[in-house]
Amino acid sequence: MPAVSQLERTKIRRHSGVVRVTHWLTFAAFIALLVTGGELVISHPRFYWGEVGNVNTKPLFVIPIPSSRDTVPTGYGYVMPDQNGWSRYLHFEAAWVCVLTGIVYGIYGLVSGHFRKNLFSERRDWHWRAFRDRIAQYLRRKPPDSAEETSYNVLQRTAYVVVIFVLFPLVIWTGLAMSPAFTAAFPWTAELLGGRQSARTIHFFVSWLLLSFLIVHVAMVAMAGFWRRVRSMITGNLRSSEEGR
Amino acid sequence: MSKISRRKLIYGGVAAAAGVGGLAVADRMAKRYGLLPPDGKGIYGPGETLTYACQRLLTVHKPVREFPRSMISKNPFANAISPRNDEFKRLEAGGFRDWRLVVDGTVAHPLVLSLADLKAMPVRNQITEVACEEGWSYIAEWIGTSLSDVLREAGVLPQTRYVVYYSTGKNGWESIDIAEAMDPHTLLTMGMNDGDLPVPFGGPLRLRVPRQLGYKSLKFVTHITATDDIKKFGKGLGSVDPEFGYAWYAGI
Repeated sequence: MPAVSQLERTKIRRHSGVVRVTHWLTFAAFIALLVTGGELVISHPRFYWGEVGNVNTKPLFVIPIPSSRDTVPTGYGYVMPDQNGWSRYLHFEAAWVCVLTGIVYGIYGLVSGHFRKNLFSERRDWHWRAFRDRIAQYLRRKPPDSAEETSYNVLQRTAYVVVIFVLFPLVIWTGLAMSPAFTAAFPWTAELLGGRQSARTIHFFVSWLLLSFLIVHVAMVAMAGFWRRVRSMITGNLRSSEEGR
Repeated sequence: MSKISRRKLIYGGVAAAAGVGGLAVADRMAKRYGLLPPDGKGIYGPGETLTYACQRLLTVHKPVREFPRSMISKNPFANAISPRNDEFKRLEAGGFRDWRLVVDGTVAHPLVLSLADLKAMPVRNQITEVACEEGWSYIAEWIGTSLSDVLREAGVLPQTRYVVYYSTGKNGWESIDIAEAMDPHTLLTMGMNDGDLPVPFGGPLRLRVPRQLGYKSLKFVTHITATDDIKKFGKGLGSVDPEFGYAWYAGI
């Protein structure tokens, strides 16, 4: 049947089922965490360093937004509505989705060789020149070579490895370090970070780094052909670029 | 059917069966060991139940985080308190000599205790952090009587699963599970940093629950009820918080 062979030739298996499902679950959970996390900040838009901090102590910095509590001096003449109840419920439920999805993805990545094959850079790329060449290629807006249809370059691999193995674990750790019950069981999780308020401040900045990754990630996907790439993360198949988008 | 898709089907089937079986086992264990929170229903139920069950198992034999005296906050923040009613003002004028704590419910002999009665029991002090769900915190020394000592004095019955506690007037009510209630760090607090517990911080009597966020540490406590059925209280969600959209369990 020529029609079938034609179809097979123009499609490339790009993403496995586990990668696709965990990708979208993490995406949904991350959006929920971002929205609710932002909302929670509104109830106390002041950040501190160390173990303790409140309106009677000197802040590290203050975000110049109105607050949902009249006890926080903001300079604004009004108080925002309190949305912390559902925000906290949803924040922790989405965090569970993130953690459980991360466990499944982590086991799969190790067992299947996904991390080794697709994410960890090859030895010859462990060199600053590899990074420099790739950055230069992006800056000159040179079209990617055909290998990048099916594989990640050294910058992409580095970004994914940092997000998966550094930023996500760090945002979960700093989140748990704010929990009075969790730190009762494991006090060092707060102490190593410099205290509960330091954990909150780091949590805030890591969230911004993750949001920055999301923005760059989506921008890069758009440059590489948004729907073609999104479709491949849904169906697993990447249509060859010669075909219509 | 090709070989690949059949194998996939088998793997999928086994994974689904393991998932459903695992959930069923988890549900039974949770019910048996009391790991289901009273507000564990609805769309946020799964997350709330996971959080409560995991943290309950993690903290069951752990002490609270205590701090050195040098870390006591110089300017603790009292947070807003509800307006004092006439009854409270009358008791305050009398130096809280007539303040009474009623202990009833599933106990062998209900008690009515004055602050002096409480102080006559073993008094302990601990330096712990108050952490508000909004994000701020402070450290203070808290002096008082363990709730567990009061419950033992009243002869708390073995079927007790929760302890409900009320603030003066209609200022709210809370509950904690029996494990948290029997932890010696759960403190009926009468003193703070070398003095009597000031009214803005919940004086004359505040129940400090140091392993949960500040809103579980109810101010102006007048009444404690032990119970085997939390559904009988309020809307059956464990405390007044879920009625305002907040979680009953505040360990995170």
